[in-house]
Amino acid sequence: MESRSGHLAWLPHLILVLGLALVGFPIYVTFVGSTMTTPEILSGRMSLMPGGHFVENYLAALTQGMPQLSGVPVARLLLNSLIMALSIALGKMLISFLSAYAIVFFRFPGRMVCFWMIFLTLMLPVEVRIVPTFQVTANLGLIDTYGGLAIPLIASATATLLFRQFFLTIPDELIEAARLDGAGPLRFLWDVLLPLSRTNLAALFVILFVYGWNQYLWPLLVTNTASMTTLVVGIKSMLTVDANTPWHLVMAMAILAMVPPAAVVLLMQRWFVKGLVDAEK
Amino acid sequence: MERRVVFEGKLLPYLLVAPQLAVTLVFFFWPAAEAVYFSTQSQDAFGLSTVFVGFENFATVFADPDYLHAFQVTAIFSVAVTLLAMLPALLLAVMADRVVRFAAVYKTALMLPYAVAPAIAGVLWLFLFAPGIGILANALRWMGVDWNYLLNGNQALALVIVAAAWKQLSYNFLFFLAGLQAIPKSLLEAASIDGAGGVHRFRTVVMPLLSPTTFFLFVVDVVYAFFETFGVIHAVTGGGPSKATEILIYKVYYDGVVGLDLGGSSAQSVVLMIIVIALTAVQFRYVERKVHY
Amino acid sequence: MLSIRSLAVAAAALCTTALTAPAFAAPVEIQWWHAMAGKNGELVNQFADDFNKSQADYKIVPVFKGGYADTLNAGIAAFRAGQAPAILQVFEVGTATMMAAKGAIKPVYEVMDEAGEKFDRFAYLPAITGYYSTAAGRLLSFPFNSSTPVMYINNDAFKKAGLDPAKPPKTWPEFFDDAKKLKASGSACGFTTGWMAWAQLEVFSAWHNKPIATKENGIGGKDAVLEINGPLQVRHLQDLVDAAKDKSFDYAGRTTEPEAKFVSGDCGMIQTSSGTYGIFKANAKFDFSVAPLPYYPDVAGAPQNTIIGGASLWIMGGKKAEEYKGVAKFLTFLSQVPIQVKWHETTGYLPITKASYEAVQKEGFYQSHPGFDVAVKELTNKEPTENSKGLRLGNLPQIRDVVAEEVEAALNGTKTPKEALDTAVTRGNALLRQFEKTAS
Repeated sequence: MESRSGHLAWLPHLILVLGLALVGFPIYVTFVGSTMTTPEILSGRMSLMPGGHFVENYLAALTQGMPQLSGVPVARLLLNSLIMALSIALGKMLISFLSAYAIVFFRFPGRMVCFWMIFLTLMLPVEVRIVPTFQVTANLGLIDTYGGLAIPLIASATATLLFRQFFLTIPDELIEAARLDGAGPLRFLWDVLLPLSRTNLAALFVILFVYGWNQYLWPLLVTNTASMTTLVVGIKSMLTVDANTPWHLVMAMAILAMVPPAAVVLLMQRWFVKGLVDAEK
Repeated sequence: MERRVVFEGKLLPYLLVAPQLAVTLVFFFWPAAEAVYFSTQSQDAFGLSTVFVGFENFATVFADPDYLHAFQVTAIFSVAVTLLAMLPALLLAVMADRVVRFAAVYKTALMLPYAVAPAIAGVLWLFLFAPGIGILANALRWMGVDWNYLLNGNQALALVIVAAAWKQLSYNFLFFLAGLQAIPKSLLEAASIDGAGGVHRFRTVVMPLLSPTTFFLFVVDVVYAFFETFGVIHAVTGGGPSKATEILIYKVYYDGVVGLDLGGSSAQSVVLMIIVIALTAVQFRYVERKVHY
Repeated sequence: MLSIRSLAVAAAALCTTALTAPAFAAPVEIQWWHAMAGKNGELVNQFADDFNKSQADYKIVPVFKGGYADTLNAGIAAFRAGQAPAILQVFEVGTATMMAAKGAIKPVYEVMDEAGEKFDRFAYLPAITGYYSTAAGRLLSFPFNSSTPVMYINNDAFKKAGLDPAKPPKTWPEFFDDAKKLKASGSACGFTTGWMAWAQLEVFSAWHNKPIATKENGIGGKDAVLEINGPLQVRHLQDLVDAAKDKSFDYAGRTTEPEAKFVSGDCGMIQTSSGTYGIFKANAKFDFSVAPLPYYPDVAGAPQNTIIGGASLWIMGGKKAEEYKGVAKFLTFLSQVPIQVKWHETTGYLPITKASYEAVQKEGFYQSHPGFDVAVKELTNKEPTENSKGLRLGNLPQIRDVVAEEVEAALNGTKTPKEALDTAVTRGNALLRQFEKTAS
């Protein structure tokens, strides 16, 4: 709907600003907290304007290790989270794309069995099968590895479903045209399907990256050495609401933890919304 | 559900599905089978002595008043989180769809909570509401509310509901916005020409066309509330006080990890798996219908 | 814009290389999983560092695994997957679980014997080692950090309320009274308590020579039943509930969360672990004093002695002989006087050997740090009776949670103190029977 001029044109803005204030408040407070010292934060009368310690807090968070994390600098945690999130996003996109392709564009014996086996995993999060999954991961020697962090989280069918939906809408004429050109299935995949799936791939990348980045319980279990921990786990581990918590550093780390997924969401925004729209059709 | 025109291929399709099947078998079916196996055993913490007990673990679980209580809490929690996450998101999406100026600013800012990990969101809210330290906790005390969510179960539940919904609001906002933008302008203009007012247009044109999105988000939100809110609860209340915020997934974690009761915890996992599979079947049936729109 | 195809190629390449990245490894490494955060954690790392520098055969790698419960669980999950660390720090309430796990752990006396390390168990303070030994006195786990609850007082808040920090309250009636005065003079709360179940019920019972459970608090057998719902405990809980009404008592959490309220100056007094001394010293912006726990003067035999809390180091089974050699050497290292003195003086945790205790006394440390020896004095106040030797109950972590839940119900008015404690005993006994079944 076009925005009307005249009376009540400010109403949407008002609602949005209110929404923004409510939704953004916790993040704003965290940011303010990250620019203060811990005693200021704990005084219970923390001001709502940013304090003066922005540079030193963030510098400390990025370069020095936290004693609780055995001296591992946050930069390393950021790297681990980055690798984990990228591996999950890209890995899942890869295998889902291929298997959705097979299930939609081919007929083969056992197709429906594969179909159901894959889609049974659609909504089962790792928390429910956590202890046995941990044992399997350990048996395969994947504890404390990037593989152990990422691969078990690739085993769910959300991406496959999305691709399947999209593939079902591809007009038959395209396939027939490809066949006429003498192109085989792999050619078709590479030359036709992949470019067409651009926006879906972008949307999926955002969703999966954020999912992978924000994981907590799984990385907690599967890493033993501090140097393999992820950022989210690191922040949470520093957080017991007791006399010991360096709140100003924790807040800085929390803000840092938000930056990459927020950046991904923002950068891919154009495609993301378009991709969701396409998937809806 | 089926394509009419397909490719031939004998070996290729198997090769293409193989990676996903492999990962699924190893990291889903194998652990799931182990969970089922463990649910029929009674063990000590270290797994040194194992006794087969059949369905006894399940019987114990269902007879446990805490388990039924967790069901209740989960039901209240998921409904509340879903409603609180969906309705404001819809409102904001409708508003954001209407404005032209600052549209980018609003959309960007409203998407930010989506980027926050649930475990961290929990911490942020904990900080805001910590009795004594938190800004909002002090504001509540100043308003006369005796705020101590460490003792008051209802306050604790309210807190985790707000924290969990806050995160999901962003996600819903994104999808609602996308859904609204997919509605052909022509339909809306046609309705407007026919003399339909704003609210009427919304009810008769927008809502029906938005319904696939709405239903999709509803199911996703319920699943989110069921499972992915573990991080929030673990960070803020740890299931307390007196189990006021112990939802089913948290109980699985607590009994297995703190209680070291692998048998009982696995039995609960199996029950949860069955519930989720049922939900999947429902969602999947629904998604199928959507394709024919 | 990058073509989607080149992105796809890059993706595939990234996947294969990233996912085969090797784990972090080091030679003859001995992993030590612990739950020591903050300053205490820094000392842990320093000890490991010093040991590693002092010789070239073994490398101790400390790994912080979260709180005590998380650390224990991580250790168990790791053991089930064949990945256990050599040394695991387990809180004292996990003792029964660890003792029952015969194949999973290797008793300390065995480790020392087989490695040929000299180990004189009489050099250690019996009040501490007794908790972690068999009936025959053989040491099962190494008592690394032991503590007992003490009372901390905010000197400034005391003076403001017209009280004298040099004259802390000796009895509970005095204590409640002082808390009221603190509240009246402007403190946000009079007092709070850390480790609710441990300090206000378990150690409370021992301090008044009342049983926590039958069978010598479980030391004599797995068929013990809980007895924390006796008249004295009910009375104490009622007193706490009453004090909470005017906020002279403020409940702030089950374990260490309340400590933040003392540090921030909100609460003028706190009863919590003596091991928090170091953290308070580092973070509090005011002077504080340490005093013994108060007691009810009308209870015969009070004050008796306190029992320890904290944690010990358990050696996990299934490791190679050379790892055990390294562990044995490290335990000897940790028992040395300079190490013990440093640990005790920095953290407030108790010294475990007689020699180190005497060394600290000789230094005049207790004169220059008044109140620091309160913990030891509480422990050794009287000869332990069967009610105050310690306790050994299965599923104790969960029992503590149950107790905390019931206490919370009493504090928020849902139950009366008697109902709460009775329910706690019923639920706790069910957990004890469950443990008895699986641990035989």
